Amino acid sequence: MSPSQLLQIDDLRVDFATEDGVVHAVRGVSLEVEAGRMLGVVGESGSGKSVSMLTVMGLTRAENATIGGTATFEGKDLLSLSNDELRRIRGNDIAMIFQDPLSSLHPFYKVGAQLVEAIRTHNDVSKRAARSRAVELLKLVGIPDPEGRVDAYPHEFSGGMRQRAMIAMALANDPKVLIADEPTTALDVTVQAQILDLIARLQRELEMAVVLITHDLGVVAEHADEIAVMYAGQVIERAPTDVMFKAPEHPYTWGLLQSIPRLDRPRDEPLVPIPGRPPSLIALPGGCSFHPRCPYVRDRHRRVDPKLEQVPGQNGHLVRCLLDTQVRRDLWGELRRGRLPEDARNRVKLEDSA
Amino acid sequence: MSDALVEVRDLVKYFPITRGILFQRQIGAVHAVDDVSFDVMRGETLGLVGETGCGKSTTARLVMRLLEPTSGTIRFDGRDISRLSRRELKPLRREMQLIFQDPYSSLNPRKTVGAIIGEPFAIHGLETGRDRRRTAVQELMEQVGLNPEHYNRYPHEFSGGQRQRIGVARALALRPKLIIADEPVSALDVSIQAQILNLLRRLQQELGLTLILIAHDLSVVRHMCDRIAVMYLGKIVELGDNEPLYDHPRHPYTGALMSAVPVPDPALASARRREVPPGDVPSPTNPPSACRFHPRCPKAQQICSEVEPLLESKGNTIAACHFPLTREEASELVATTAA
Repeated sequence: MSPSQLLQIDDLRVDFATEDGVVHAVRGVSLEVEAGRMLGVVGESGSGKSVSMLTVMGLTRAENATIGGTATFEGKDLLSLSNDELRRIRGNDIAMIFQDPLSSLHPFYKVGAQLVEAIRTHNDVSKRAARSRAVELLKLVGIPDPEGRVDAYPHEFSGGMRQRAMIAMALANDPKVLIADEPTTALDVTVQAQILDLIARLQRELEMAVVLITHDLGVVAEHADEIAVMYAGQVIERAPTDVMFKAPEHPYTWGLLQSIPRLDRPRDEPLVPIPGRPPSLIALPGGCSFHPRCPYVRDRHRRVDPKLEQVPGQNGHLVRCLLDTQVRRDLWGELRRGRLPEDARNRVKLEDSA
Repeated sequence: MSDALVEVRDLVKYFPITRGILFQRQIGAVHAVDDVSFDVMRGETLGLVGETGCGKSTTARLVMRLLEPTSGTIRFDGRDISRLSRRELKPLRREMQLIFQDPYSSLNPRKTVGAIIGEPFAIHGLETGRDRRRTAVQELMEQVGLNPEHYNRYPHEFSGGQRQRIGVARALALRPKLIIADEPVSALDVSIQAQILNLLRRLQQELGLTLILIAHDLSVVRHMCDRIAVMYLGKIVELGDNEPLYDHPRHPYTGALMSAVPVPDPALASARRREVPPGDVPSPTNPPSACRFHPRCPKAQQICSEVEPLLESKGNTIAACHFPLTREEASELVATTAA
């Protein structure tokens, strides 16, 4: 582990035993974040992006859960800490914000009271001091009239203000790591832009490490330093943000980029949907877990499980794909020229299906 | 017969706010839709865009007469339907259908897919006889890309994308003239959204449907729609053909919406100037005077709070603004390949 890594997750595995069978929610995820940097974790529902982060926070500990791997924060493995030890870190050094701010705030208590509680849980300060800190936090996250608003109830806040209040609560104890799980999914676009700008500003000013979990590639494009794309419980590609958008390597990443309508592309450019749907995490397909949906699948891909490997010559760019590097480059080149996947497949000689 | 399938004029919908239980006094009203006029041409896709509470869904429900308008007229296929009774409306219901946002709550979990898609036939007494109805339903399933053999399955056996296909098949059953799709993809996973958008586009071309698409996602609307109406606090603030509108939005609110859309391209995203209106959308109970956007508008001046701007031609689109965006201002806000 390099000393600059603040949080390092190594080979994280999470299984849940259910009535229908064992759900392999996270299957060997390794990620790390440095102080002052933002990592974007992108994936669809069921890709394991949220479960990974919840597990790091100790929020998936349950009788039916089996957790493996390590998550090192300041020399301590979070996964092996006791609940009491973890409670001292959670909401203090590592804070989390969630998608739905309304269900994350208690409807009976004033926003200020909830902030005061968060502050006093981890700090031995007077109520009065905590309250003035609460006002200061509301001001920091851009809530107008913080002195008045501190005594408002959550229902008196709009959606964007509630999310700001949640961020204020997360910041209450100057966390070193902030995990934001789809923080803007429930919000309107203009409010989403406000909240993302706010998180990015706070990250710079407070030098936090931020993990931003989202299903929207556009959301991470603007602020993240590095992106990890997840699929079926694994990281399938990781790269610095500009590389991820300029030279993506995994067919699933290509699929994501081509299936969304974009304001920056010609309007009549066809949307290329990714066929099928994400696999069941109980009965995963053999070999590469993306193979049932991959337009470039070869026989070998159904048997061999690819490893997350460095793209030759590309420091910091990792991909989990069995296709040959040159084949991938050629395919992406064809796709960029506007060819459909079948077309690209016919033009590029895929390796023989030995 | 005119080219417009739907003509909406001066449509207003206020929801009363009352106090008291036995003797309810009206103490105010939510101005959900406030003086909205537009046409929907036959065979076109009209997009209604705006943020939560702008009145886009209410407008759609008024057009379908699922809500009683406070005032104004709605003409459907040349006929004024704004004051029709429930009984008079029934035959019209066949002509217009709705596709809902949430494919989980809009399908009855206790009915089979066959029964769900066949229900419109049952209501209107069409395709009677078991075999005939079954054939009709299976044809619909085929048309939307579902396996007809899954006729007897229940909604929970399908994924989100497939459920949305069921919703589309149900809406198509009666061969309606107008389909209103209210956020049809926002509840779906990213990789599935394109499947449904492509399906809607294909069906529209094949069947010559007229479509009203309600969405908050400007990229989806741009991809799907011929014309777009941008709504803010119950009013249409800008209306125009797709390309002119996206190329050069005139209303500062349209520009702000466009600048807020996340663009999956780091270089473009940083080149673009983001001008997100500060604060929140004001309450529709007590909307701001004159131009409703003026408290949040970067270009607002004295006149904007005194004189309501009319929706009038600005060359490429029609917009309700005293100080429409210039080309330079607009191009800074919109991320394009040329930037």
